[in-house]
Amino acid sequence: MTATATAPSRRTAARRLTTRVGRVRELGIVVALALVVIPTAIVNPRFVQPQSLRDLALNASIVALLAVGQTLVVITRNVDLSVGSVLGLSAFLTAQHFADHPGTPLLAGIGFGVATGFACGLLNGLLVALGNVPSLVVTLGTLYVFRGVDYALAQGRQVNASNLPDALLDLGGSRVLGVPVLVLVTVAVIVVAAVYLRSYRSGRELYAIGSNPEAATLAGIPVARRTLTTFVLSGLIAGLAGALWVARYGTVDAAAGTGLELQVVAAVVVGGVAIFGGSGTVAGAALGALLLGTITSCLVVLQIPAFWQQAISGALLLSAITVDRLLALRLAKALRTTEGTSHA
Amino acid sequence: MRNLLRWETALVFLLVVVALAGQVSTDGSFLSGGNLFYLGLDIAEIALIALPLTLVIVAGEIDLSVASVLGLSSALIGWLWNAGWSLETILPAVIVAGALCGAVNGLLVTRLGLPSLAVTIGTLALYRGLALVVLGDTAVADFPASYTSFGTTPIPGTDIPYPIALAAVLAVLFGIALHASSFGRAVFAIGANEEGARFSGIRVKRVKLTLFVLAGAVAAIAGIVYTFRFSSARADNGVGLELAVVAAVLLGGVSIFGGKGTLFGVLAGVLLLGGLRNLLILQDTSTEVLTIVTGLLLLVSVLAPSITRRVGTLRKAAP
Repeated sequence: MTATATAPSRRTAARRLTTRVGRVRELGIVVALALVVIPTAIVNPRFVQPQSLRDLALNASIVALLAVGQTLVVITRNVDLSVGSVLGLSAFLTAQHFADHPGTPLLAGIGFGVATGFACGLLNGLLVALGNVPSLVVTLGTLYVFRGVDYALAQGRQVNASNLPDALLDLGGSRVLGVPVLVLVTVAVIVVAAVYLRSYRSGRELYAIGSNPEAATLAGIPVARRTLTTFVLSGLIAGLAGALWVARYGTVDAAAGTGLELQVVAAVVVGGVAIFGGSGTVAGAALGALLLGTITSCLVVLQIPAFWQQAISGALLLSAITVDRLLALRLAKALRTTEGTSHA
Repeated sequence: MRNLLRWETALVFLLVVVALAGQVSTDGSFLSGGNLFYLGLDIAEIALIALPLTLVIVAGEIDLSVASVLGLSSALIGWLWNAGWSLETILPAVIVAGALCGAVNGLLVTRLGLPSLAVTIGTLALYRGLALVVLGDTAVADFPASYTSFGTTPIPGTDIPYPIALAAVLAVLFGIALHASSFGRAVFAIGANEEGARFSGIRVKRVKLTLFVLAGAVAAIAGIVYTFRFSSARADNGVGLELAVVAAVLLGGVSIFGGKGTLFGVLAGVLLLGGLRNLLILQDTSTEVLTIVTGLLLLVSVLAPSITRRVGTLRKAAP
């Protein structure tokens, strides 16, 4: 009788440790952000003025957006390397659509970009889910295909801001209550994805798939359909990011977003999403993107040669996964100990 | 029948098709010695790095930092040359530095148990960053002609570029290591079933560490080749090459899950991509076609086994 009474309290202790470690992840990024921002602000107080904070958020928002889509995919133990190419293709097609049809309503044009991303994501998803082949190879293949199509369509041309409607370019610079609209869009996508992953059955099932695909299948989770959904969502978000890229930068050629995929994966990993699936949050991934972007800006403000930026973000990524690993090992040990005592 | 369906056979067939198409469309100059010399130079770095990377991927791991190691070794060559070192000391030092980069990857993967995909995305940024720190955005180009000519002239009396001769020698060594030695059998065993390999007495961690060190060292050699071929040491040499090499290895029929693949297939894959690229350039076709073809070939290479499997099951079910 006593044994059954004490066991639950030990189990809650273990669970409390689990949630604490889970929270430590986002907290760790916030602390890292503070460690980067505070010294920079002391050296140059202008760094924390509203305008430069706005720029900071604005610069990080496109990578953060892609990181949200990537998180959904990575949680299911897959990866989408094609996001940079999807963004490029969507950006060029959106810009060209606006340039060719000057009367296009703003939302219809952005919808065109989103639809492009949707089609790319659907192709990725169908190949991975139905072809039953590794997503790393499929999306590496489509990375080349989408980028090649992008170059073939562009034929060396670029779309300039003068050919784009003012409504779109205003979107890139406009603010609501002092916050740039692009940042608000990004935050909205983060919130929707976070609620989906947290509170919806199909969202929870993504974690189950990533933790153990075979067990998920046996538990009756439609693994192929869920996998397809995550790739479609990732493509869709990359399509949206492409349209926003046009709004932000105004000039688009076929090279837009080249090499972005590894930055996005880096942000996701720094944000605490396990590369082999099963754990992580979109908020963490978005914070990871913000942290990597902030470091770049801080180095500029501190007048450290920009050459250091890449080395530092690499070192940061390595320390993030190392700390994660050490925490996980400690957690496993702690769980083993509590289990051991409850048996005794 | 089973052998006919092998991916390597398909690759060789495609190679012959490309060679014939090239021969016909260029009035016989595609397979001329002069053109093959340039084709060879063009694929030298990818061919070199693909060798150790094949072993890494067969063992079930991946190394995305290879192109950054190439860039770092190029930057080191420039930096040390500016500092007055002689090339006889610089080259071994750079190869050792590459091996060290590989060792860092390998230790993080084997000792801490971190996934190599995440580790090498981190070191991809780190090593490229170090290259930039060492050399900045300057270029060093005043190397003696006796060295840079290795990258621009063929071996006397032949049309073989020196880097390709080097790649061929290394290919034989890596081929023996992978397909005809106990080390190679250990690599396959680890890729097929790591736990099983450990229980059968294979020192999994040591083998994996060796593979990462080899990848780093060969990537540094590729950096030397790259530097002398363009006679320019720059920190951004070979940016983005990692995905091209991974694509070549996977196109060669190596399974991304490990345990399956041949070095022969990878070499055929590298040649096929290089041949296609060369053919398109000869015909003044823009290279975006090549980008699309690379991607499509990659998709076909992974889809082919599952399609043949499905065909196989259908045939079994039919009678």
